Amino acid sequence: MSLRPDLAVIAQSIPRGTRVLDIGCGDGSLMAELTALSGVDARGMEIDAEQVERCVARGLSVIQGDADRDLADYPDKSFDVAILSQTLQTTRRPDLMLDQLLRVGRQAFVSFPNFGHWRMRACLTLGGRMPVTRAMPVTWYETANIHHMTIKDFNDLLALNGVNVEGCWFFAHDAVINSAGANWRAEYALYQLSR
Amino acid sequence: MLLIDSARSLPQSRATMAPAHAHKSMRLPHDLPLDSGQALSGVGMAYETYGDLNADKSNAILICHALTGDQYVASVHPITGKPGWWEAMVGPGKPIDTNRFQVICANVLGSCMGSTGPASIAPDGAPYGMRFPVITIRDMVRGLVALLDGLGIEKLHTVVGGSMGGMQALSMAANFPDRAERVLVIASTARHSAQNIAFHEVGRQAIMADPNWNGGDYYGGTGPDAGLAVARMAAHITYISEEGLTEKFGRRLQDRDAKSFGFDADFQVESYLRYQGSGFTLRFDANSYLYITRAMDYFDLAEEHGGKLADAFGRTKARFCLVSFDSDWLYPTAESRHVVHALNASGAPVSFVELSAPYGHDSFLLDVPALDRVIKGFLK
Repeated sequence: MSLRPDLAVIAQSIPRGTRVLDIGCGDGSLMAELTALSGVDARGMEIDAEQVERCVARGLSVIQGDADRDLADYPDKSFDVAILSQTLQTTRRPDLMLDQLLRVGRQAFVSFPNFGHWRMRACLTLGGRMPVTRAMPVTWYETANIHHMTIKDFNDLLALNGVNVEGCWFFAHDAVINSAGANWRAEYALYQLSR
Repeated sequence: MLLIDSARSLPQSRATMAPAHAHKSMRLPHDLPLDSGQALSGVGMAYETYGDLNADKSNAILICHALTGDQYVASVHPITGKPGWWEAMVGPGKPIDTNRFQVICANVLGSCMGSTGPASIAPDGAPYGMRFPVITIRDMVRGLVALLDGLGIEKLHTVVGGSMGGMQALSMAANFPDRAERVLVIASTARHSAQNIAFHEVGRQAIMADPNWNGGDYYGGTGPDAGLAVARMAAHITYISEEGLTEKFGRRLQDRDAKSFGFDADFQVESYLRYQGSGFTLRFDANSYLYITRAMDYFDLAEEHGGKLADAFGRTKARFCLVSFDSDWLYPTAESRHVVHALNASGAPVSFVELSAPYGHDSFLLDVPALDRVIKGFLK
């Protein structure tokens, strides 16, 4: 099974026997990998009924729900790890979502596309149009991304909310890159967070 | 345990309309304790099985039926001659595959297709009638568990139920936490709402207002068919979505070009409901309808467990799957979510999906391909 690079990093970083909530788990690829690889007790939340069907058919425990609304129903610290991959930018209030993640989970993994990547900047500065790139391939009127942020923006939000960074990874061309100039060079980023 | 011929427990009003039937049945060796504090002795549980039990008895699936259902889940109904009520879902190669599983379905306690109920003969030789003790969903589950004991099945692969069957599945998970590995609950709830109780009360009052009901003592004579038919008509409306009714009938007239300016069944929807009502009286006992609706109204799984639903599931290790339908206004999605939240809080592995189907509450009995896929996947 080949996972998206940010998911592969998450899979490698989660210890055995951990209780994990994968928010926006899609067809359950990461959950299946986590369960198979390291005996993780993985649960999922997914808004799309057909994706939930696929997860159930894989033997995964997934609840159809809207993270913006339904995350509030989980008890405090009911998971060791809450995962939100490439989804924060689609939530109604990313700051409140971050609070929920760190309330429900002791730690959170959050990955998001970096709007500060040089291609984005070039599209906007030179082309004068909202970027359509390999990492963000959907036009402005169709995209589910309603909050565009850069790595610097995200760092500011973390500092403002007293969130600790346990680890961070930056990606370009589907590989991990070093952190030097990440806000220019990274297409997307993954953070391991705690409070 | 012994097999008994329970045909004599059929109420006379139905027995005179249809030939007597010998349901496959097991007499329970012990008295059945009830939530009311009473106990029932000599309880018979009528049941059907489909498919073979494997050597280690690990492939049994118990299907719990709904209010007016019975054990004929995948075989011809002996009174109506109609196919089993879930034949689309249960059978060889079907989502609940009888090549792989042994499917067991029993008539619930209090019902009238061979299991002990108000129409059964009491120890004094006369039908119980209203002397039958008021039962609960948990009492029904006690009967089912006693049947499983008799069949030598310690742990079910899955317990499945829609509507009232889902209540039994939840109750089994809460009260007999080691009896099922998987719990599949479709279009159901953990408690009856005021609206649910209200609709049932309309049905009960219709039955009891029928002079033929006679305080429940009508066996051997004419039963309260008119009252029972009205009860069924009122209930049937709650099983269908408004959209479903409109699509099926609209304001179309029945076999006529103009309104009759009378009180005949002018509209197709009236004709349909009358047909549903009168057909129902051929196969169902009015007193059973009173007792079973009462059991559903009394159902509140949280109340049984100190007021907190999550506590009801504290002891079970089962995997859960809940399914609701977006057009079901009888047990709407919010009721399933309520159960899912409690299961989450108790740490139980649970899946939940709201499926889109136009038919209302009855969607679980009708052709909804997504339900097939979810059930098949969950049983894998």
